[in-house]
Amino acid sequence: MSLNTSSIPLPGWIEIGVIPVLNILMALFFAGLIMLAIGVNPLQAVGIMINGAFGYDEAVGYTLYYTTNFIFTGLAVAVAFHASLFNIGGEGQAYIGGLGVGLVFLLLDDFLPAVLLIPIGIMAAGLFGAAWAFIPAWLQAYRGSHIVITTIMFNFIAAAIMVYLLVNVLIKPGQMSPESRLFDESAWLPFMHEFLGWFGVEITRTPLNLSLFFALTCCLFVWIYIWRTRWGYELRTAGHSEDAARYAGIRPRTVIVSAMCLSGALAGFVAVNEIMGVHHRLLLNFTAGYGFTGIAVSLMGRNHPVGIIMASLLFGVLYQGGAELAFEIPKITREMVVAIQGLIILFSGALALMLRPWVVRLYLRFKSVEDVVPA
Amino acid sequence: MDAFSGFFAILDATLRVSTPLILAAMAGLFSERSGIVDISLEGKMLASAFAAAAVAAVTGSAWLALAIGILVGVALALVHGFACITHRGNQVVSGLAINILASGLTVVLGIAWFSQGGQTPSLGSDARFMPLSLPLTDAAREIPVIGQFYGDVISGHNLLVYVSWLVVFGTWWVVYRTRFGLRLRAVGENPLAVDTAGLSVSGLRYSAVAICGALSGIAGTYLSTAQNAAFVREMTAGQGYIALAALIFGKWRPLPAMSACLMFGFLDAVAIRLQGVVLPVIGEVPVQAIQALPYVLTVVLLAGFIGRATAPKAVGTPFLKER
Repeated sequence: MSLNTSSIPLPGWIEIGVIPVLNILMALFFAGLIMLAIGVNPLQAVGIMINGAFGYDEAVGYTLYYTTNFIFTGLAVAVAFHASLFNIGGEGQAYIGGLGVGLVFLLLDDFLPAVLLIPIGIMAAGLFGAAWAFIPAWLQAYRGSHIVITTIMFNFIAAAIMVYLLVNVLIKPGQMSPESRLFDESAWLPFMHEFLGWFGVEITRTPLNLSLFFALTCCLFVWIYIWRTRWGYELRTAGHSEDAARYAGIRPRTVIVSAMCLSGALAGFVAVNEIMGVHHRLLLNFTAGYGFTGIAVSLMGRNHPVGIIMASLLFGVLYQGGAELAFEIPKITREMVVAIQGLIILFSGALALMLRPWVVRLYLRFKSVEDVVPA
Repeated sequence: MDAFSGFFAILDATLRVSTPLILAAMAGLFSERSGIVDISLEGKMLASAFAAAAVAAVTGSAWLALAIGILVGVALALVHGFACITHRGNQVVSGLAINILASGLTVVLGIAWFSQGGQTPSLGSDARFMPLSLPLTDAAREIPVIGQFYGDVISGHNLLVYVSWLVVFGTWWVVYRTRFGLRLRAVGENPLAVDTAGLSVSGLRYSAVAICGALSGIAGTYLSTAQNAAFVREMTAGQGYIALAALIFGKWRPLPAMSACLMFGFLDAVAIRLQGVVLPVIGEVPVQAIQALPYVLTVVLLAGFIGRATAPKAVGTPFLKER
């Protein structure tokens, strides 16, 4: 019997619960095969990873520090996805966001107090990220060039600009490595161990800083923006059907540009965590692929802030647990996590619907077709 | 005479660095002309480069390395096809997944197998494609300029460089002069018409992505066993994306795409030479500016400021056969 399974509706808990989990399990299954191929016991590896990510409070700090980055880039990709735009340029936008923070702090950190510096730094990260997304967005909206290709190109252009600026302009004089000088301490976002220390709570020193709270605030903001405001409604409408949107009096071009700018700003906030929170100076390659991981996070989290928080946490575990794994088992390197990330993008993204026909058939075993498909 | 030899050295380097771009651009051409977006040229090249270098290191045979390089390229292309054609998944997402997977897996396997920090052992000259001296090179050197051009620029490359030229010609011939090519172009413009004519859209697209995989495999093999003597992690360094840019720059046509590859290769060769050199009027040219130029030019072209690049119409949209 040939059955067109794609038109058969499934209950919500299967669509957004069972199928995504099955997809991730598929990805993890293949990751297990890779580990077997290089002679590592996958179950032992999972044990080390979980312990490495949650086993002691330093590990938890690192896990949440990675999570923070992934929340920002995941949200960035999700906002664009809702407008049916594929922002592959989160990496470049985060990088240029860092440039914004760097420029502002190098100019102002001697004059202003922390109360002013920190909001200005956050705004600079967002504005620079947004500006870097604005150009591809404008080109897509008004010149018809494809956003995927332009954002890819802009990642490379951003990298070239940053190398040039750090090697030739912003480098601290008399130093070999291409890094700016350290910012004044008033521009540092407090670490979590410092922050909790003010309340008398002692935790181990880790890179985790207050930007985690900012990331969670961004999740709330994105949820409100997309599902509870007029702009979000316009964004989703234009994403579903440009023609319908135009008919309803929405200007799709404006939506493209505003969605991409919001997306770019969110990606730029990676610099809040990395530059303002951890490194306290501008340096090369601080984005370390987080922009690309955001795509996996957004796909896994089904473009919803709650899903994105969960997916970010999973990737935080993978990154921190992966580091521990590389430390414990010499045969495994941190790149194992990159490979797992690729598998997750493949199974939760490109092959997201591969298992659905099977799930539908299984579901129909318990329900008759007449119950499911209204006549 | 010296001015010439400097210039010829740049041209010689241009051909060397353009070869992987040309092969990858032709690979992308087959895929995109059939309607499948391929941003995974980078990943396929990287995986093939690793596989070829690993095989060459273990067996010492460059030819076996080439065969495995092609096989790995085709295998990844079929994964892409499985996701995009059979399951109608998002083509950009699938391509990205392959790139990231290749970037991680090559290092993981490289360290597990060879324990050299992700590199493969260096290859001896019989396990590589070595420079060939074309016939009459020495005799032609007697002729000024032209003979020198022949000897310095045209001759003295490895086999795969010459193969890449044949591939361009072959691509042109297949795409514009054969029945398969006509169908390939049709399926990228209007798959419904092809389906109505009783041809299999999926079959055509699968063969196109398989050819794409094979050519990316040759490009990857070139990187690790001809241009270099080992696999180094991330050795593609964005060349897959540059090839994609060149394909767009050449408006999805073989010869213009090859010219774009040669132009980008030339920029690369010049950039290396200009490092730290102070030019009379401009002053010191930042190398990064020249390196970013291919990307900037592609953006400007796509924006329609210098001519229009129109993609195959059906590119990126999965085909759903009506029942």
